[in-house]
Amino acid sequence: MDNILLEVKNLRAGIEGKEILKGVNLTVRPGEVHAIMGPNGAGKSTLSSVLAGDPSFTVSEGEVNFHGVDLLELAPENRSHEGLFLSFQYPVEIPGVSMVNFMRAAINAKRKYFNQEPLSASDFLKLMRQKREVVELDNKLASRSVNEGFSGGEKKRNEIFQMAMLEPRLSILDETDSGLDIDALRIVAGGVNKLKTSENATIVITHYQRLLDYIKPDFVHVLYKGRIVKTGGPELALVLEERGYDWIKQEIDNQ
Amino acid sequence: MSALSQYIELYDSHLEVIEGKSSEVLNSHRREARKLLEGKSLPHKGEEGYEKTSIEEMFAPDFGVNINRVNIPVDVSLSFKCDVPNMSTIMAFVVNDTFAPSSTLHNKMPQGVIVDSLARASQEHPELVGGFYNGLAQNEKPGVALNTMLVQDGVFIYVPRGVVMERPIQLVNIFNSVAPMMGVRRLLVVVEDGASAQLLICDHTQNSEYRYLSSQVVEAYVGKNASLDIYDIEESSATTARYSQLFARQQRDSQLLVNGVTLSGGNTRNDYHIDLVEDNSKTTLAGMAIASGSQHIDNNTYIKHASTHGMSNQLFKYVLDDESTGAFDGVIYVAPDARFTEAYQSNRNLLASKQARMHTKPQLEIYNDDVKCSHGATTGQLDADALFYMRSRGIPEKDARTMLMQAFMVDVIDMVKMEGLRDRLRHLVEKRFYGQQASCSECAAACHEPQKD
Repeated sequence: MDNILLEVKNLRAGIEGKEILKGVNLTVRPGEVHAIMGPNGAGKSTLSSVLAGDPSFTVSEGEVNFHGVDLLELAPENRSHEGLFLSFQYPVEIPGVSMVNFMRAAINAKRKYFNQEPLSASDFLKLMRQKREVVELDNKLASRSVNEGFSGGEKKRNEIFQMAMLEPRLSILDETDSGLDIDALRIVAGGVNKLKTSENATIVITHYQRLLDYIKPDFVHVLYKGRIVKTGGPELALVLEERGYDWIKQEIDNQ
Repeated sequence: MSALSQYIELYDSHLEVIEGKSSEVLNSHRREARKLLEGKSLPHKGEEGYEKTSIEEMFAPDFGVNINRVNIPVDVSLSFKCDVPNMSTIMAFVVNDTFAPSSTLHNKMPQGVIVDSLARASQEHPELVGGFYNGLAQNEKPGVALNTMLVQDGVFIYVPRGVVMERPIQLVNIFNSVAPMMGVRRLLVVVEDGASAQLLICDHTQNSEYRYLSSQVVEAYVGKNASLDIYDIEESSATTARYSQLFARQQRDSQLLVNGVTLSGGNTRNDYHIDLVEDNSKTTLAGMAIASGSQHIDNNTYIKHASTHGMSNQLFKYVLDDESTGAFDGVIYVAPDARFTEAYQSNRNLLASKQARMHTKPQLEIYNDDVKCSHGATTGQLDADALFYMRSRGIPEKDARTMLMQAFMVDVIDMVKMEGLRDRLRHLVEKRFYGQQASCSECAAACHEPQKD
């Protein structure tokens, strides 16, 4: 199958003059789940931030092709419209902006981008109601300010709720399992699995294997020192769980 | 020639005309004010309390003063009808500095309440008005004495003992002239013991072809167990300067809320001086300042706790864009015997551009130990993390910025207790941040077609 959704070629990027990504290559096809694992400081979160367009990072080299669109040329909002979604490791609290207004602005901006009329208030609320069920998000949370006073688990559920609302073609889940207890993890992973189709794809960034018990990857990549140094099937995650990262570090550092 | 001396000269040469058109109540204080101004000048930029605002420069242009009380040919009550949606108000206008009742003003009035021209009230009820007029205004300040010297009309509001007004009173201040003009505005509010009133004031400039200056002095008496809310919303033009000085006095168990909102204007300076003279009084003083272009907004507060168990809470928030400048200077003064005082002050500012500047000076002067007081000031930029988070969800940068600026003002809007006004203000702030200059036809009080009654 030659239908490519995301193609990252030799991506180099950094922050404040310090290079973190040192030539990342990655190909994602529709219907696939990719896990990116790696030790702390490998550049996992940088990769997700750079793909989403965080302006604090600078890209020095490389290309990112997203279903025929040059992703790096797009503003973050247009990357979202084109179907990219980042579930934040640390979702941001925005006091004074209600979830409803936040989501309506997001949905209607996307509709405008595709020359569609804004959703009517009743259609919008109906959509909110439907999508809330995917992650069992309480109506009370939906009426509050964005993430304000949410628990760690509620914040992560809220991320997946937003993902459900925006129906992205590619979702990047950045350490979605961090700070989750086992029940919250199950709900969040369940939400991700419900949203999975043969048309969209998911990149799961995680430090631990346990999330991959719930979201089954087709490919597991190891990111180390800003590059993908190893790629395998789901079994690689199990090896990492058992043996840690040291053997890979040694392998690479001795080269 | 100093800015002040041109007005003193004007006064000296028109003494008879001014006094002839005025009551003795106003005239006796006028003469005193004239004496106090001898050898004085208006505050210059850099003087203490005026670090960023020059009153001298504000008054320096050759503004006309309507000494001869020429009727400016604007039939305001027909062309300009204001109403808070879903709420019926008792309304009056001040055109430049002349009182103009709305057609329905008098038939809505509760028993004993007076909302009238200060000129007329001071003639019809000299003892009543004379007992309060100029009793709080600090005429040792030249900006106040200048107002007392030149004032010919204004508004007198009197709510007698025990009267709880259900309808808010609304004053619409309008500038409209065919030449540059100074409006000498004066407001005297007396809320007697056990009475309660809400007052909404909005400032508009209809014809922004000319430069205007509003010299405004407000005196507010809040009696024992009385309650007064004042919402003062400026929505004027870049050609309008405003120097407003409010003096309030609170008696035992009273409540005063003042919420000053600057949505648009040119050069604005608001002074708030509030005395808690008797025990167990509560003061809420809030301010919202939104500036863009080369606008300047300066708020200066002085809360004087001179009694026990007093409580005051101040919150001032600014959003400054473009090359606009803001200043806040606030003092909480707690007297030696003002025990069990609780006083808080917070000033939070958002700079939306690299060129905008904020100057803030929060101050506490506490002379006893049995108090709970705090103050704080922060000035920062829009939260970059929040901005990126919103953009990553597809919200365009400009909209995200606007939503964050709006969100920043939410707590000041929430301090508005008048239902209809709170919603209206939310809408106006949104419009203001989306770059639509709020016009008079869409004012805080939503102006409509003339009402038939």
